[in-house]
Amino acid sequence: MTPLTALLVRDMRVAIRVGGGALMGVLFFLVVVTLTPFAVGPDLVLLKRIGPAILWLAALLASLFALDRLFASDHEDGSLDLILTGRAPLELVVAVKGAAHWLTTALPLVLAAPLLGLFLNLDAAAQAGLMLTLLVGTPALTFIGLIGAAIAVTLRRGGLLLAIIVLPLTVPVLIFGVAAANAAVSGPVPFGTPFMAECALTLASLVVGPFAAAAALRLEME
Amino acid sequence: MVRYYGTHDSNTAEMRAKNAPIPAPWKSPMRLTAIDLACRRGGRDVFSGVGFTVQSGEALAVTGRNGAGKSSLLRLVAGFIRPCGGRLGFEGGDPELSLAEQAHYLGHQDAVKPSLSVAENLQFWAAFLGAGPHNVGEALETFGLGGISALPAAYLSAGQRRRLSIARLVAVKRPVWLLDEPTSTLDAGAQDRLADVMRSHLAESGLVLAATHASLGLAGVKELRLGETDREPAPAALTRGEGRP
Repeated sequence: MTPLTALLVRDMRVAIRVGGGALMGVLFFLVVVTLTPFAVGPDLVLLKRIGPAILWLAALLASLFALDRLFASDHEDGSLDLILTGRAPLELVVAVKGAAHWLTTALPLVLAAPLLGLFLNLDAAAQAGLMLTLLVGTPALTFIGLIGAAIAVTLRRGGLLLAIIVLPLTVPVLIFGVAAANAAVSGPVPFGTPFMAECALTLASLVVGPFAAAAALRLEME
Repeated sequence: MVRYYGTHDSNTAEMRAKNAPIPAPWKSPMRLTAIDLACRRGGRDVFSGVGFTVQSGEALAVTGRNGAGKSSLLRLVAGFIRPCGGRLGFEGGDPELSLAEQAHYLGHQDAVKPSLSVAENLQFWAAFLGAGPHNVGEALETFGLGGISALPAAYLSAGQRRRLSIARLVAVKRPVWLLDEPTSTLDAGAQDRLADVMRSHLAESGLVLAATHASLGLAGVKELRLGETDREPAPAALTRGEGRP
């Protein structure tokens, strides 16, 4: 096993096992989306109109779940020191940790979205479009979140700070993600236009996120 | 029982597959030199004017009162913090790699994930830190963890976690060992095994730098005393003796 594969496997194991918090994101997502019809009332037209936005907001908050522990737990138990003595570049290490987090926390959200779409009166085509926007948009949320996770690494309760740092940066992804999802649900804007912008944001964050997070980690470790 | 490290040439893949000792991947004599090192943490001078030389096959015990900067010195050598003065040189190692990438750092924390099993923990570090062959099973046996390798590390005692952490030094070969209080929480038997492992590492012309209050159980250990006076951090004295007096 190469160092980075080993890291991916280890991070996913830690996340899936007891106390890892991978399932917490999905459960949170489920609860928020389930509560919406109770709060808004059984107005099917309204639910269909706000459905994509609700699902996206819930996914955004759920994908931040456990993100504050991503580097902090490794910092507290001394793993981060040892990772720095490894031969893998820190940028790649950060990217792999982000990938492991996405696979265990965000991917289940994407897979659960169609089921929850039923609660919000979305038809099959709309659900497919929504799922696609979440599949493409959630990596951007995770990788932007890496920056906040790296900045909050030495803080005991970094969760709130993380949300304050990260949430404003995710606004563009949210705008284009919801726009594309809305286009899939009701039109009249073509789906492709906002979706392409969302893809571009994701690609940019995949590049910028690991470098910024690695730089922040190096600074924090001093 | 320790059966470790022959320096003989058993380089064939067949031998290696049969639990044969893996030869050390380094050859040339190495030398770690520090000249006039100074360290500042949180606006306070921790130490200054520290110099030492450690060569292949030598161990250096870093001693001194609490807060004298033993841990800071090791973290500085490992490259986690930058010195605010002086120079640190490493000759004879792999020129492609930094000093940190050729060093094992054993800190106060054990870097053990409680939700992974004992074997999974060591396998991860062996795969992450090592290039080339490593022997996780034998490393666990050496430190008496072979029988509980499938147990989640959450159930380990402090001493067992420490042993698991030290097993890393054996599972992956790296020439420089930076050990911060290596004997803390270890029982007498494990301390002896640690001494055995250090002895064979030195015999393979490795280097050991250990911050310690206790004796390392090795003969001919150089000693570096930090923070001799309380007022001003004096230049550290470098003496050769039989470990701690």
